[in-house]
Amino acid sequence: MKQNKAYAILPVMLTILLSATLSCSRENKITPSSGSGVTGGSETGAIKGFFLLNEGNMGSNKATLDYFDYETGVYTRNIYAERNPDVALELGDVGNDLAIYGSKLYAVINCSNLVEVMDASTARHISDIQVPNCRYLAFDGNYAYVSSYAGPVDINPEYRRGIVVKIDTVSLTIADTCTVGYQPEEMVVVNGRLYVANSGGYMAPDYDSTVSVIDLATFEVIREIDVAPNLHQMKIGGDGMIYVSSRGDYYGLQSSTFIIDPSTDEVVEELPLLQNSDMAVKGDSIYVISHSWSNITLDYKTGYAIFDTRDRVTVNRNFITDGTESEITTPYCIAVNPENGDIFLTDAKDHVTPGMIHCYGPDGVRKWSAVTGDIPAHIAFTHKRLESL
Amino acid sequence: MAICMAAISGVTTAMAQDSTLTADTDSIYSLDEVMIVATRTSDETVPVQMLSGEKLRSLGTHSIADAIRYFSGVQIKDYGGIGGLKTINVRSLGSQHVGVFYDGVELGNAQNGIVDLGRFSLDNMESVSLYNGQKSAVLQSAKDYASANAVYLRTKRPSFATGKNNNWNFGLKGGSFGTINPSVLWEHRISDGISMSASTEFLYTTGRYKFTYAKQNGYDTTGIRQNGDVRMTRAEVALFGDIDDGYWKAKAYFYDSERGYPGAVVRGEFIHQDRQWDDNFFVQGSVRKDFTGYYSLLVNAKYAYDYLHYLSDPRMDVTTMFVDNHYRQQEAYISAANLFKPFSWWDISLAADFQWNNLDADLRDFVYPQRYAVYTAGATAFRFGGFRLSASLLYIYVHDMLRAGSGKIDDRHNLSPSVIASWQPFQDIDLNFRAFYKKTYRMPTFNELYYTFTGVSWLEPEETVQYDAGATWNIIRPTGWFRGLDLQGDFYFNQINNKIVAMPTSNQFRWTMMNLGYVEILGADVAAQAYFRIGPVDISPRVSYTWQRARDLTDPTSPWYGGQVPYIPVHSCSATLGAAFRDWSFNYSFIYTGARYESVANIPENYSPPWYTHDISLTKSFIFSGWELQATVLVNNLLNQQYEVVQCYPMPGTNFMIKVNFIL
Repeated sequence: MKQNKAYAILPVMLTILLSATLSCSRENKITPSSGSGVTGGSETGAIKGFFLLNEGNMGSNKATLDYFDYETGVYTRNIYAERNPDVALELGDVGNDLAIYGSKLYAVINCSNLVEVMDASTARHISDIQVPNCRYLAFDGNYAYVSSYAGPVDINPEYRRGIVVKIDTVSLTIADTCTVGYQPEEMVVVNGRLYVANSGGYMAPDYDSTVSVIDLATFEVIREIDVAPNLHQMKIGGDGMIYVSSRGDYYGLQSSTFIIDPSTDEVVEELPLLQNSDMAVKGDSIYVISHSWSNITLDYKTGYAIFDTRDRVTVNRNFITDGTESEITTPYCIAVNPENGDIFLTDAKDHVTPGMIHCYGPDGVRKWSAVTGDIPAHIAFTHKRLESL
Repeated sequence: MAICMAAISGVTTAMAQDSTLTADTDSIYSLDEVMIVATRTSDETVPVQMLSGEKLRSLGTHSIADAIRYFSGVQIKDYGGIGGLKTINVRSLGSQHVGVFYDGVELGNAQNGIVDLGRFSLDNMESVSLYNGQKSAVLQSAKDYASANAVYLRTKRPSFATGKNNNWNFGLKGGSFGTINPSVLWEHRISDGISMSASTEFLYTTGRYKFTYAKQNGYDTTGIRQNGDVRMTRAEVALFGDIDDGYWKAKAYFYDSERGYPGAVVRGEFIHQDRQWDDNFFVQGSVRKDFTGYYSLLVNAKYAYDYLHYLSDPRMDVTTMFVDNHYRQQEAYISAANLFKPFSWWDISLAADFQWNNLDADLRDFVYPQRYAVYTAGATAFRFGGFRLSASLLYIYVHDMLRAGSGKIDDRHNLSPSVIASWQPFQDIDLNFRAFYKKTYRMPTFNELYYTFTGVSWLEPEETVQYDAGATWNIIRPTGWFRGLDLQGDFYFNQINNKIVAMPTSNQFRWTMMNLGYVEILGADVAAQAYFRIGPVDISPRVSYTWQRARDLTDPTSPWYGGQVPYIPVHSCSATLGAAFRDWSFNYSFIYTGARYESVANIPENYSPPWYTHDISLTKSFIFSGWELQATVLVNNLLNQQYEVVQCYPMPGTNFMIKVNFIL
């Protein structure tokens, strides 16, 4: 009697297989965006909102783009894929920089080796420009400048300079390249010169310590300024000085900030107590966050400082006034709305799950928070509202 | 999707109800309707699944990883293609908690604790077994107690027909991905008590295959997987000897390979250039002897040398960083296990193992670690009628020494107990209930502790705790069309404490290791194998099904608290159907892996859709006087499904292989 039951195994098995096969084969949809209201909406000035580029972990093709709209107060995650269903494999692997110039939105996708160019009012793909191992953006006149680790390979491939690629913003083609220091990072343009912070990150512990100065008229390096090892971020302060951060060496040498006077191309001051993972300028203030790892203490040091460029002093060591900094695990990126002084601070958490963005008022009190993509890292304010789909 | 989940979970529910009621004899008889479980290993008191002989070869096209996929409770992480890394994760405890034993001695990798199953061919393999917990043999080395789960690979032991002193098997395999794989096996009888086996094979594959990524109403892009080429040579010599009341065996193994890393397929970057060269060499030996009926001794010894060279060259691809690293590992191991049998119903064993590991690497600021480890295990087993109880206690002592740098590592001590019980209520029915509890510790690997980017980090060992309860039921019928049925089902609850998790430091390129994680796994594994003979045709269907809820409970404040652990499907199943008719044999196999998430954040962005594959193979033997020719055709992924096991690593579509063996 049991034997008859055993014989029933075959049809049962076939039914399961067949239903599994037929019903599971057709689900591969573009992941839609997801939005949520984080404020009731507010009056807007010239700045209508901002885009946020999430880096995504290396090798995971998970760079995503978010958008916040001031008027509706809606924060929308992952807008790129649904607006560009024809772009294969979406935005790409590791979003490393984001900027709006003219009517276009530029995203540097580091491990996809390209600069994605979108229409800033629709976030629709216009073009992509191949730049191997591209890192950061700067703009001047009709050109975009992209720093890249991928310079010429010399006899010793371990020591390899980086380049800056000059891109025509109308034709979106590469116009020229210029060899700079080792593993160049962020750049600024002052008086027709491009300043490039070189890290030498591939050569640890023999970091580069220079800023390359390129004359944009000839597109040639005219000077190398010796600053400190492992340079990273670069901004122009309200005083016209160049502020550049050093990551330190993660051992005895801590992260710090340096001031370069572009009229003399000399380091005029070192701010050893101003540890710096990211900074944002508003007027005479520089907002500096730090989250520095030490291989000696095996721990992080975290700070939220405001540096006053008029007196060159750190006027505030913790601009968060409501105690909510305890909820932030891994402060990663800061941006300040130049109009209303809103401070945007991202938390990258453990890098493998979605992060958070927090909006603080100029008084340091949290206004709202939203969940982002993985590793929220780069913010670009926009003067045009993103058109809805 | 909803339909398929319903179909499968319907079976689960039915099974779950039956299994929870198995103490009640009435419900036992309903088990066969939903057909649970597997193989003829009823001597074991822990869950075990085994594939051997022809069945093993018909399931495994390229490597043992292809065959192990059919076990319940198992996830194979497969980076695709013949050369892609293939690791096994059993009951969601992680691949580093699976001990892999080759002819009785564990394959080690002190550097990363991972064994690539894709490197072990089925060519000279006799059987592959998976034990949850540990093998319930009492006479075994202390390391047999040390892993949460264990895979035993057993190579062929020579056997000779009367009057024959030599067996030869010449094989040639070839097919998709530009694969060619010749092999030779020679077995020789040296004397009545001593025999030898020598086998060698060579494999070359271009590793190229087409893959497609497509979205509904969206992009549809196709590429060719590149830089997945492998060139491999394996050679093995083994000696087997009989002694009075015992045996000895000795083996030398050599593996040499060069391979490309096909890498992640991401936007703009389909082709990679980095390469790896490996040399693995080991010698190992075992002696077992029974001294009277009361005492037995088993001695194992091994020496292993592993060399790895990794090269990433910006002259080949301008986007990459230059990396040119050489790693050299050595391992020496000796074990003595003693079994005392004071009464026929009572066994006591004591085993002591010593292991030394050494890692050299040309990395900057490398600390050159060495590890001395002592494993001591005491175990005892009782048998009273149908009731069996065994318990073991393993003590691990680990001392790490750094030959450079100022880091000082404290010694580690850990005690891990296990208790296994089984009960056969009726003497004439092969129905067994079983349960086990086991705790294990996994020592942090050299990579986790001493990887130079983050310096030396202090880590506690990862701890796993397993609770299992289940039943097996085996029926054998010597005559008729129904020849037998093996059912096996288990429920389990596992915990991982102090899980070692990579955490980012200041930037993406630098990670550090921390004992952060806590994971709970609730699961059910079932497997069933039936045997039929209908006229001249032997038919053997086998199914297995796994349900797992593996939840990350690390941080209660995290919005992703309780999320399903990455890459663990809630539902997975496999089915195979073997049929043999005279000198023909046919095999069909099916694998289904349910939806998974690529991150503990179980959100649409991290959703990985279910995948399934259908494979078939057909073998025909031509038997002549004194020699035999076997020809096999295998077709895998019949429906050309495009899928990923690991995100950004596309798997091959339909592919085929032809195999010819000339047996003398």
